[in-house]
Amino acid sequence: MALSSVLQSPAPGFNFDNAARNAALGRNDGGHTPKPLKTGTTIAGSGFQGEWWADKACAKIHYISPNIYCCGAGTAADTEKTTDLLSSNLTIFSLNSGRNPRVVMAANILQDMLYRYRGQIGANLILGGVDCTGNHLYKVGPYGSVDKTAYLSMGSGDLAALGILEDGFKPDLEMEQAKDLVRAAIQAGIMSDLGSGNNIDICVITRDGVDYIRPYQESETIKYKYRPGTTRVLTEKVVPLKLEVVHESVKKMVTG
Amino acid sequence: MNTLDVRSQLKDSVPVAGFGPHGSYGLQDSLRTGFTSIKNELIPSHSLELSEKNFQVNQDKMNMSTLRNIQGIHAPLKLKMELKAATQIQRLPFLPSSHLALDTLRGSDETIGFDDILNDPNQSEVMGEPHMMVEYKLGVL
Repeated sequence: MALSSVLQSPAPGFNFDNAARNAALGRNDGGHTPKPLKTGTTIAGSGFQGEWWADKACAKIHYISPNIYCCGAGTAADTEKTTDLLSSNLTIFSLNSGRNPRVVMAANILQDMLYRYRGQIGANLILGGVDCTGNHLYKVGPYGSVDKTAYLSMGSGDLAALGILEDGFKPDLEMEQAKDLVRAAIQAGIMSDLGSGNNIDICVITRDGVDYIRPYQESETIKYKYRPGTTRVLTEKVVPLKLEVVHESVKKMVTG
Repeated sequence: MNTLDVRSQLKDSVPVAGFGPHGSYGLQDSLRTGFTSIKNELIPSHSLELSEKNFQVNQDKMNMSTLRNIQGIHAPLKLKMELKAATQIQRLPFLPSSHLALDTLRGSDETIGFDDILNDPNQSEVMGEPHMMVEYKLGVL
């Protein structure tokens, strides 16, 4: 049915119609708004002759282009959508120009996009890849801040991971040493952060290709059941349950 | 909350004309548009609302002024003329227009943003009354 109050077709993009209603609901309810589910993440990256990095639990390493992968911490939906948009834009670019995109392009696109929304999109991303100018590792914050270093970590377990990385990083690491370093960094994040999950995925990007190892390490599941007899039984009391037949009815089953 | 002057925050200060939440016969249509509040109509309820409404306009202004400083007045003049011609290539307001020429000129046929994914006008849940929409566009409403 046509509404007489609609005078222009709705503008595409974000719709803020409900923002006033949500604010009013928050006020009326005594400030109780539904809380989003908080989980934890640790992501870390480090460079060696190639490039690579790791993260844990659910699939947090997103494909951006054949030579660029991105780790996301923060609001999961935001990182998912942002990396999808980034991937689409870079695919269009490479179709147009016939070239593999450079990591700095991805970082710039992310920067513009996140700054435009003033941090409302909660995406902490680590962008890494190898292109014609070498290997690069970028860290992008939710407001669009970009940091380019040799090793990084983000997420709720980032401080623990950063400690390990700071201690063990050397400029000329071999692939196996670098893998081990990042694995140890993520392990530290898992152990010391309550929210961070269990498994470690590693993605190794080199000039020749990408090796996405999922999972690189699975944590052992801890069993919380105890053997019978672990605690001494002091007393035992059995109370039989008395039942009385209230009603009985027999129904013949029709066979044949 | 806001450090800016309140006047610059008013929705009215945005040059986009809009009618108040009126239903038929000019009365309040509470079922569809909710309770009225003068504050809700004037002050934006979300920090991004104004900046998003003006984003394209501001980007254009910035780009045009840079272009003018670098290449002289002829560059933005020609571009604006082409853009103006391209914006006029569309169907009547209640029908979906592709804006192909406009997209090509702006370069937005090679980029994907949130306005391509969210709230697609081709899939909008509300439909406007065709006669009113045309009259509004022509300014005879």
